[in-house]
Amino acid sequence: MQAYITSTGVISPQAEINAGNFPETPQLYEGNRLKCVDPDYKEHIPAAMLRRMGRVLKLGVGAGLICLKNSSIEVPDGIITGTGLGCVEDSENFLISIKDNNENFLTPTPFIQSTHNSISGQIALFSKCHHYNFTYVHRSFSFESALLDALMQLDEKTETKNMLVGSADELTDRLFIILQRLGYWRNDIESNLHLLQPSSKGTIAGEGASFFLLSNTKTPDCHAAIADVAMFYKPENTEETKKQIQAFLDRNNISMNDVDVVLTGINGDISNDAVYYDTFKMFDFDNLSYYKHLCGEYNTSSAFATYIASLALKNNTLPSYFNLKGKQTNKVKRVLLYNHFFNVNHSLVLLNQC
Amino acid sequence: MTKRVYISGIGMISSIGKNVDECLESLIENRTGLDHIKYFNSIHQGVIPVCDVKYSNEELFDLTDCDKKGNYTRTSLLGMIAAKEAIADAQLTAEEIRNSSLISATTVGGMDKTEDFFNEFLVDNYKPKLRNIVGHDCADSTEAIADFIGNKGMITTVSTACSSSINSIMLGTRLIQHGFAERVIVGGTDSLTRFTVNGFNSLMILDKQACKPFDKNRNGLNIGEGAAFLVLESEDIIKRSGKKHYGYVSGFANACDAFHQTASSPDGQGAFLAMQQALISAQLEPNQIDYINVHGTGTSNNDLTEGIAMKRIFGETLPPFSSTKPFTGHTLGATGAIEAVISLLSMHHGIIIPNLNFSEPIEETQLIPVTQIQKNQNLKHVLSNSFGFGGNNSSIIFSKA
Repeated sequence: MQAYITSTGVISPQAEINAGNFPETPQLYEGNRLKCVDPDYKEHIPAAMLRRMGRVLKLGVGAGLICLKNSSIEVPDGIITGTGLGCVEDSENFLISIKDNNENFLTPTPFIQSTHNSISGQIALFSKCHHYNFTYVHRSFSFESALLDALMQLDEKTETKNMLVGSADELTDRLFIILQRLGYWRNDIESNLHLLQPSSKGTIAGEGASFFLLSNTKTPDCHAAIADVAMFYKPENTEETKKQIQAFLDRNNISMNDVDVVLTGINGDISNDAVYYDTFKMFDFDNLSYYKHLCGEYNTSSAFATYIASLALKNNTLPSYFNLKGKQTNKVKRVLLYNHFFNVNHSLVLLNQC
Repeated sequence: MTKRVYISGIGMISSIGKNVDECLESLIENRTGLDHIKYFNSIHQGVIPVCDVKYSNEELFDLTDCDKKGNYTRTSLLGMIAAKEAIADAQLTAEEIRNSSLISATTVGGMDKTEDFFNEFLVDNYKPKLRNIVGHDCADSTEAIADFIGNKGMITTVSTACSSSINSIMLGTRLIQHGFAERVIVGGTDSLTRFTVNGFNSLMILDKQACKPFDKNRNGLNIGEGAAFLVLESEDIIKRSGKKHYGYVSGFANACDAFHQTASSPDGQGAFLAMQQALISAQLEPNQIDYINVHGTGTSNNDLTEGIAMKRIFGETLPPFSSTKPFTGHTLGATGAIEAVISLLSMHHGIIIPNLNFSEPIEETQLIPVTQIQKNQNLKHVLSNSFGFGGNNSSIIFSKA
């Protein structure tokens, strides 16, 4: 069963892309850290609530409510969110308050908002949605789990017609430092637009929130269709990775030749990228595209990739700056997303033109 | 008709025992797990009681029988022990475990190590050991469990506050019903932390004494820790193998109260919707439910609104019900799975576990839970509720085949 993307709401480091257009050239960020271009949250979230929200809540609730506003639906038939790390800023604030106040007289707000499901919960609160409400928190499976769940929900009950599904992850200064100590980031990079030259260890940091309203019926405002999603864990070698991808193509009755764009999670890190190059070499396929130079690396960046795919399918084109060879793609009927996180969490999403 | 999903194995560790048998014995003999804080530093030691698992991390590691020393958080260790018991109970082969899916649930994941790391980090960003932060995120415990038991199928982690692990059971059931899996290991795990104890304390919903669910003078909840896992298998597998099982998942629902981040609505709308839709999905009438394992935290707000919601569903005559949280404490991300195991044990052994510490009913609802153990009961359908922050309400129904 396919699900149709009928509306989107995205907050990423690329303002023009957030607005739904592919720019001539993407927004440039010097150094190794990309930050989201914030919309005017006051337009979407009541001021009293906004003041108390940590950053990821603003990103997630903001993107979710923008997505609903862009649609004809006021109350979705369910809300499903994926987040790799949840509410980092609120968790930090509560930990600081525990330490500073020696566990006495603490304000509960950061604790309440640190709960991983507070994005889904608050979108439900604002949209008065009493339906299904779920949150997944599994590294680079977070968004994909939400997507799989949404596909199942849309197939389950006759009264379920649509599903708001999305993801959000934030990057705080402290998280940036911790991940830097863990070797995530590349320090010698000039800008995000130099992500691949020359290949080295580490990548650039990012954040973002992307929400989609999925419908189980095709509507005139359909952007793209989500055909399938799959996840696989810790493949033993490239051979197994290839097998998993082949099985995914098989169950959708297509071959690699039927795919117009393969949008990968290539992020400039030598060992990360080798997984993509080695795998697709086995398919004899070298026309790869990437997106992380526009949004940075974070657990749910594949949701941003899903958005890029939906824009490409809607406009039947993908600009040259997404392609490794710098080629523009002018016929985009089918997109395969393939992302992995440290060769542990691998995911595939297949999208078709409506 | 949708094919049934059976429970063929259960595993559990909590403050009242390190395995299902010990927990069951404690439940039957009225032994609670309430104790002083012992395994983490807090100014609340000796003041706020908790239902902690009575083993240090080193002792828990020994209990896993894991042959590979690893960097495990307490949440991971608890989950590993319960998951291992569940798969042994279901008598899964290594090949079957490998191809299963694994859905775990947790609310704070590796916070037990993070909170110590973070205090040092605030003094010097470059000093604290990285090994104490890499297990922070919720997925870490799930992957530790998967690697420990040898699972290579689809894995994911649910986090919907205190309803997390009932939701992981629900998801596992749906994966089988949709044909994405034949066998799913589902459950949840959470360890006690300074973070959660202080969080609930800041909300002023922690009882300094033993909690008294559904009592007029209830004064808050007791936090606990633990883990429970269930092995779910498709009807085809059960028919083919003829293996023993504890019953099947007959109905479930998740609904959102959409009222407040932490408090439930006065009429318990979310709880009402969860129970109502679970009954519809099970194709059961309210009067067919033989026992309810209620959420029953012991907070003023929960027990009142859960009671109101139950009366809206069941009318004035409720099925026998009890909260088992005075035994295990409120184990957050593990609570749904722990209470699912208790519900299955109740059905399997024909017993109803009492609601301890109850003396007077809540004025508005006048509901009286089961206060003495009931034996020789024929329980065909049992309902279990779990409600969480964000108005996340879930109900699940287990039935005897």
